[in-house]
Formats: sequence, C-alpha cells, structure tokens
Amino acid sequence: MELVSLFITSFLVNNIIFMQFLGVCPFLGVSKKIDTAAGMGIAVIFVIALASVITYIIHHAVLVNLELEYLQTIVFILIIAALVQFVEMFLKKSAPGLYQALGIFLPLITTNCAVLGVAINNIIFEYSFVESLVYSIATSAGFMLAIVLFAGVRDKVDYADLPESLKGSAISLVTAGLMSIAFLGFAGLQL
Amino acid sequence: MNRFEIFKNGITKENPILVQQVGMCATLAITTSLLNGIGMGIAVIAVLTGSNIVISALRKFIPDEVRIPAFIIVIAAFTTMIDLLMHAYTFELYKALGVFIPLIVVNCIILARAEAFASKNSIVDSIIDGLGMGVGYLVAMILLSGIREILGNGTILGFRILPEAYEPMMMAVQPPGAFILLGLLIGVVNYLSRRKKA
Repeated sequence: MELVSLFITSFLVNNIIFMQFLGVCPFLGVSKKIDTAAGMGIAVIFVIALASVITYIIHHAVLVNLELEYLQTIVFILIIAALVQFVEMFLKKSAPGLYQALGIFLPLITTNCAVLGVAINNIIFEYSFVESLVYSIATSAGFMLAIVLFAGVRDKVDYADLPESLKGSAISLVTAGLMSIAFLGFAGLQL
Repeated sequence: MNRFEIFKNGITKENPILVQQVGMCATLAITTSLLNGIGMGIAVIAVLTGSNIVISALRKFIPDEVRIPAFIIVIAAFTTMIDLLMHAYTFELYKALGVFIPLIVVNCIILARAEAFASKNSIVDSIIDGLGMGVGYLVAMILLSGIREILGNGTILGFRILPEAYEPMMMAVQPPGAFILLGLLIGVVNYLSRRKKA
C-alpha cells in the first residue's frame, strides 16, 4: 500500500517537471511533436530506472563502505555517462528498431538533470532498494506524462495569434505554468 | 573581440538564462527568495570560472575524442568543492538549495562554455568569459527571485517593503509562478531587444 502511494505521489503530486523542475531543458526542447516527445519519454524512463538501480548499489556497496560519500557527484555522473554510452551500443547491436526510435535522444540524456536528480534523491530520502525502484519509475513516468501533454498543447499554441515578443520559449513557459496550476490540484489527494 | 566585450557578451547579448535559455531547472526551482537566487548565482560563478580556468589550461593535453567526459570530470570536481564549502559555511542556504547544488554539474551553461569557449581560448580570456556568463546568470537569478519574493511575500531579503495590508500572491512562490514569471520576463527582454534593434 505504501508503495502505491509512493508511486502516485511521485507520478502526479510531486510531478518531476511541474513541481520539482528537474529535466526542464529537454521538456522545453524536445516537445514540438507528440511522437518525438513520447520517444524521449520512453528513453528517459529506461535510463532513469537503470541508473537508479546501479547508482543505488554502487552507493551502498562501495561509497558507504569506503567512507567516500563526498565523491557521490563525480561517481554518479560518470556512471550515468558510461551507462548511456553502453545502452546506446547495446541497443545498436541487439535492438536496431528500438535504437532507431530512441537513437537521437540517448546522448541528450546524459545532461538531463532528472537522471542525476533522481539518483541523488534516492540517497537523500534514504529509500530502500524497492522504494527507490518504484520512485524512479514513477518519477520518470511523470516526466513522460508531462512532456507528452505539453507537446499536445504546444501544437495548438503554434497557431495562436501572439504578440511577436512572446513567441517561442516565452509563451511555452507561460503554458507550462498554467499546466503546473492544474497539477497543483493533485496536492489535495488524500493518500 | 576585446576583453571588455567578452565580459559584456555574457551579461547582455548571450545571457545564459534570458537569451540562450539553458540551465533552466535550477533557475525555476530555487528562485523562491532573493537570498537563494544570489547564493545559487555565486555558486555557479565559482564553478563556471574554476572549470573554465582548468579546461583552458589543459586544452592542449585533452585528446579530442574524450574531451566531453574530461570536461564533465573537471566540472564535477569543482561542483563537489562548492558543495562541501557550502555545507561547511552556509548551512541554511545549503539546505534551501538542496539537490540543486550537486546538479550544477549538469547545468548546460557550464559544459557549453567549456566546449564553445574555454577549450579554444587563452586562460585569461576564459576567466573573463566565465565571469561574464556567471554574472549574466546571477543578474537573471536576482531579477526572477526578486520579483517572486516581492509578489509572494512582500519582502526583499526578508525585510518587509510592501505594507502589511498587501495580500501576498502565494502563486508567485509556488511552482506555477516560476514558469509564468520567467516566461513573462523573457517576453520583456525580447521586447526590449527588438525595440533596440528597430
């Protein structure tokens, strides 16, 4: 039961984009079309889930035992960069179809702060292994939900008659703000 | 480009937040009060300038193929130093900024300056570029966090400046306020730069 409430909290109530502001750069950058947004979302879920498991194990098995917790940032970013490279090579060899679909998004994910953010939050919130797995999948699913919804809205915004100065990222940010107000409504959920 | 222009470039023409729009996550998240905005701005200036110096000094030794991982390690090292320093000396601010201090390492502006400027220019120019971009970041942080603190609390750095009767606009310090106010701020900057050109 607690795991279900953790899932819903991380998926909707504390949505990674609208409430925690992690991964806003790809959210604004790769949300022009719904299908590319969905591709990015799936790639992010895959990498975040994998990265959380590996960083969690490394943190507890290596860093804590050797009292090297202060190296966390360097170690985690290296793991994520290597992981993304590895996933890219693996998919290229064994699942060319999936690689074609995700290909261009994978290198971008290294600098997606959501990946490092979730890995660090797993440690800060002192989650158990199962909890951190649920948290990372729910959070990244929340990222996908946000980016797909936003891409849908942006399709319409492109046809709106706007003042010249607000076109582009300015109106995108205001749109995201209005969607964020909608997500504030989830804060009332009793779990 | 002379050195003054390199410095000015980062503040006005290529302002990282208001013009290039990179590194938005921390900008949106921690600008709930002016103090947080200034703290984050200074942390980014320190990491950006430090990593620019080291990367510029090593630019002839780093092989081209592995330059991105090498840059990331340098940036991560400086981020860790700032993280430990802030933990030791400014604990309140450290708690307020939370996960966004280690996340400086994936702030695109720092890697972008390493790749676009520090890896091609002399150490002195790179220091000036780092300072200019950093100050540009700080200016944008001060603008956004100042507006949010006035609207959301009626205070500046904790001192009340709007009368007690002012009903604080809670939305401004909540997440939606960050998106909307930054969007409008970018709109104003676009308007001003278009009018200057015309």
